[in-house]
Amino acid sequence: MSQSAARRTPAPPEGTYLGMPRFPVAAKGALGNTQLRKNLRHATGVIRAKRGRVVAEVDRWEELRVAGAAIKDRTQRHLDSYLLQFEAAMTAAGGHVHWARDAAEANQIIVELVRAQGADEVVKVKSMATQEIDMNEALEAAGIAAWETDLAELIVQLGHDRPSHILVPAIHRNRSEVREIFLTEMGTYGTPPPADLTDDPAELAGAARRHLREKFLRASVAISGANFAVAETGTLVVVESEGNGRMCLTLPDTLISVVGIEKVVPTFADLEVFLQLLPRSSTGERMNPYTTMWTGVTPGDGPQNVHVVLIDNGRTEVLADPSGRAALRCIRCSACLNICPVYERVGGHAYGSVYPGPIGAVLTPQLRGTDSAIDRSLPYASTLCGACFEVCPVRIPIPDMLVHMRKRVVEAKHGDTTPHAESLMMKAGSWLFGDARRLAMAQKAAGLGRRIMPDSVSHLGPLPPPLARWANARDLPMPPTESFRSWWARERGGSSR
Amino acid sequence: MSATRELILERIRVAVADLPRTADAVADVPVPWAYGEATPMPDVVERFVERVEDYRAVVDRCTATTVASRLSAIVREHNVGSVVVPAGAPQDWAAALAEVAVVRRDDPVLSHAELNEVGAVVTGARVGIAETGTIVLDHGPDQGRRALSLVPDVHLCVIRADQVVSDVPEAVAVLTSSMAARSPQTWISGPSATSDIELDRVEGVHGPRTLVVLLVE
Repeated sequence: MSQSAARRTPAPPEGTYLGMPRFPVAAKGALGNTQLRKNLRHATGVIRAKRGRVVAEVDRWEELRVAGAAIKDRTQRHLDSYLLQFEAAMTAAGGHVHWARDAAEANQIIVELVRAQGADEVVKVKSMATQEIDMNEALEAAGIAAWETDLAELIVQLGHDRPSHILVPAIHRNRSEVREIFLTEMGTYGTPPPADLTDDPAELAGAARRHLREKFLRASVAISGANFAVAETGTLVVVESEGNGRMCLTLPDTLISVVGIEKVVPTFADLEVFLQLLPRSSTGERMNPYTTMWTGVTPGDGPQNVHVVLIDNGRTEVLADPSGRAALRCIRCSACLNICPVYERVGGHAYGSVYPGPIGAVLTPQLRGTDSAIDRSLPYASTLCGACFEVCPVRIPIPDMLVHMRKRVVEAKHGDTTPHAESLMMKAGSWLFGDARRLAMAQKAAGLGRRIMPDSVSHLGPLPPPLARWANARDLPMPPTESFRSWWARERGGSSR
Repeated sequence: MSATRELILERIRVAVADLPRTADAVADVPVPWAYGEATPMPDVVERFVERVEDYRAVVDRCTATTVASRLSAIVREHNVGSVVVPAGAPQDWAAALAEVAVVRRDDPVLSHAELNEVGAVVTGARVGIAETGTIVLDHGPDQGRRALSLVPDVHLCVIRADQVVSDVPEAVAVLTSSMAARSPQTWISGPSATSDIELDRVEGVHGPRTLVVLLVE
């Protein structure tokens, strides 16, 4: 309790992502939450429809996707030179470039930069990179308050919650929940909402506007991510909707941007491809309300002390896997989340990562490795239906990569000696299918088994270990009373060989 | 710290060792895309008007001789007491606006607190994008520094019809020179908006809640 009293910002939920249970266990909890499922079904449905309309308007959509993928592949292949080019250009424009190999190094650099300004608070633009390195908690530990300014991130922060979606982090909350959170928490951390606040989204947004305005005007340091970093010019690009980004990127004197090394694009001209692909795929708009581009320091306009922290944090590991590196093309649009039948039902929290949904299921175990139970389970959090590839604006072959990651998980298991259900079943299957007589016998046995079950039973229920884990999330149909082989033998009079 | 930089660069080189690389990245991975091309459409200016209005922004069509009087009429309609203009705004804008509101010229620059008290801002623009209904500021003298078009709640943006191009690729081509000059850019498509609560679109969060585009034809 003494620790929570000393905190500057709302405490996030207890526990870590890596300590989370396997996906099927977490998913079961989420599936039982009918409010959550209703919120998600509505939100993903709305955004899918919007995306569909604005993508259909673009005659050359497929050409844009192919170009987007090629630009990202070009960048990856020459990432070392593009990063150096970016560094030189940004430095020439008066900016400072820092490099961090992991979250700890990045957070250390950021804390030092904030302390150098004598600041004890920062305003934040929504950023996946800062989520990934858990920057807010590192700043909190250093006595620095990080205020989220994106409306959804504010809802998540004030709600002592975690984001559940890349683009709409509070997608799991409905309007009345948001009203509750604002009324209970907002006043503790700044300008309170009006006492007669209703659950009208316009009123809720108005309360956030008033709450954050004083923070924007007061802050001397802002922290952002970036959607793109242009190697040719040293320019950073932030794409947003609310204007909170512009506030952070314009008003404070010091700006620190935390940018994954894969965010580089070679030239300014390349943005013509991504600025068409991203808004339509992401919010389902022809263009997002605001995009800000800045190149180092502009005298007399915006921050005069400009930094970028380039983070690796596992990305070079992803790059080293020829079958996995396409995940680094991701521009964080979240179209794959919105289309995914698994995500729509389960939501983002069960993925145990800041990157949920199909892209999270491939990217998270690549970035973090497969040591934890949650990371090993993620490549299986999919039906491999393929819809995620169809909507991906940079053509990441997510289904193929999920299969590839499953293989990596299985290979990693070879090291330990406990027999796993899957490998035992595969061995048994191989023995069974290796000989026609064995298969015929097994089918006969299954048919006999079916005949002694009551007709009302249509699926096999819980199975004993080691099959239990496999069967937990799957309905196993009852075997037929007669196999095709014996039917063929009976009807056509052939030999059963 | 530079040790980290060398380490990351080395990790990258090892990671892509399986890929053939020459000194020419462009030739190594071709990008099948023709940059800077116009998107065909029946009428660029009409498409621009339609798309800007689609964001629930207001388009006011005027001429070079009527723009100053339209500015003052719109400021009067919005009932704002004060309006800020960039240091390089045309003199006739400020003169017309002075009839209906207190006019602050951003010279010397206003503090954040002063700017927060101003009701409206009038700026020019660099380029308009018809297909997406976007106006782009590169913050030249008639547009002012970035904070000007951000903090006041009403933004009146003056753009000439000949500044409007078909789509994003043409706009990027136009903006190449200001990018080379390291000017910041702000791309604006409608008023500030959020869809963060139940994907229900709300116009007006932190940026100007009202955007009026004066199209000078």
